[in-house]
Amino acid sequence: MPSQAVLTADQRPAPRYVEDVIRAAVILTMFWGIAAFLVGVVIAAQLVWPQLSFDSPYLTFGRLRPLHTSAAIFAFGGTALIGTAFHVVQRTCRARLFGGEPLAWFVLLGYQFFIVAAALGYLFGITQSKEYAEPEWFVDLWLTIVWVAYLIAYVGTVMKREEPHIYVANWFYLAFIITIAMLHIVNNLAMPVSITGTKSYGAWSGVQDAMIQWWYGHNAVGFFLTAAFLGMMYYYIPKAANRPVYSYRLSIIHFWSLVFLYIWAGPHHLHYTSLPDWAQTLGMAFSVMLWMPSWGGMINGLMTLSGAWDKLRTDPGLRFSVTAVGFYGMSTFEGPVMSIKAVNSLSHYTDWTIGHVHSGALGWVAFIVFGTLYYLVPKMWNRPAMWSTRMISWHYWIATIGIVLYITAMWVSGIMQGLMWRAYDELGFLQYSFVETVAAMHPFYLIRLLGGVCFLSGGLIMAYNMWRTIRTETETLATHNQPALAA
Amino acid sequence: MTLESLHEFLASFWTVWAVIIFLVIVFWALRPRNRKRFEKDAQIPLDDDR
Repeated sequence: MPSQAVLTADQRPAPRYVEDVIRAAVILTMFWGIAAFLVGVVIAAQLVWPQLSFDSPYLTFGRLRPLHTSAAIFAFGGTALIGTAFHVVQRTCRARLFGGEPLAWFVLLGYQFFIVAAALGYLFGITQSKEYAEPEWFVDLWLTIVWVAYLIAYVGTVMKREEPHIYVANWFYLAFIITIAMLHIVNNLAMPVSITGTKSYGAWSGVQDAMIQWWYGHNAVGFFLTAAFLGMMYYYIPKAANRPVYSYRLSIIHFWSLVFLYIWAGPHHLHYTSLPDWAQTLGMAFSVMLWMPSWGGMINGLMTLSGAWDKLRTDPGLRFSVTAVGFYGMSTFEGPVMSIKAVNSLSHYTDWTIGHVHSGALGWVAFIVFGTLYYLVPKMWNRPAMWSTRMISWHYWIATIGIVLYITAMWVSGIMQGLMWRAYDELGFLQYSFVETVAAMHPFYLIRLLGGVCFLSGGLIMAYNMWRTIRTETETLATHNQPALAA
Repeated sequence: MTLESLHEFLASFWTVWAVIIFLVIVFWALRPRNRKRFEKDAQIPLDDDR
């Protein structure tokens, strides 16, 4: 093909992208989102009214809680990441996905099988009791296979790219895929009791086990919930705003400083434990240094809008993405503060941590996914816009109010809890019994539940809007949507 | 000095090597002569709808 050789990448027709898998991932993301928010509301209600577990072992808080966290992080977040990674890598490399439809379907469906197997395990009480790594050995092995296939599809596409430069979003996605593979394998090394049984014993013990668990746990935050969604930010915000990222050089420094620093922050989960003091201080120091890449990244995301701020008024989908970046800045400011040992002595084991996690998970992760899906759905189904722009606005405000209720309730409740635990009377006895601290948190649990209900309602509005967008013909859609009514 | 002991010696300075690698990346990113290419690279997502 001598004639093709002289054409530059810009002149050649776009390759036939793999897209069915991405459409399926979009729908599954929405499904898992609703499931995760719903289980969250259920367990929040259980904390207010403990009788809601109905004395059933399958419905206890201890089993439903990992169901909620895994549904939110791995099912909702993970499925969104698989779908968008395949979308971003094909488009920025201008190459059809390596392995084509079969490999892409194997990754997506294999991952769904992992989620269902893990979730059923939790309900039946099959768990290795490592936070965010609860699935037992046979589920871990399956995920390893799926993850390697994911890596092959991604790297294969990057390697056969037409675009000479690897766009920065791909670096973030790739760092996520590689690091999660490493963390998953090391943290889950275990010896099954028998080849037909579910039970296994971990390879690590004592303080090494704790350190490896939180090396895993914190880098799951760093590379799954942060780096990967930053990849999303670096592609979809420029697309939705129709302007290039504010500073490409800053994005390079953002990436490398994040990668160099994050991996050391894990020990801040083990302050005042039997972990050596130097390791605790190391974790704290690296956590505080993370302020720099976090805020550099936030500034880069927000300033991409500079000169186009009016789009926030007319495009509520983009408003989700930009608010997400704001929450990213806020929760990555709060995190390092909480990693300082003196602050941690007050905040650790209290609701403050739960509030912090949710300002990240709801404000950053879920909002950047919502913003992305509002861009991606019309794009993937060839519609001019979402079925209803007003509904996106409704979703935005209801969800934002939900987050604010949630995190403010947890701040107050968490700091109160921490202060009550450390209060002494004049004779040197603890001033409050544990149950008194629990009773004091009751009103805040109610407010948190209300916040969760708001967030779930917003998700249902989005699912309905998405369904109507997909089902409605393009012509009807154009007349239905009146942008003047938006905002 | 065997190769093993040399490796051990150099590996003990890994924080120094990591900082040097990072500084080289920062230099590369901020170098004025690379400005044009990075501006072009930033356009990649906006050019993909052709």
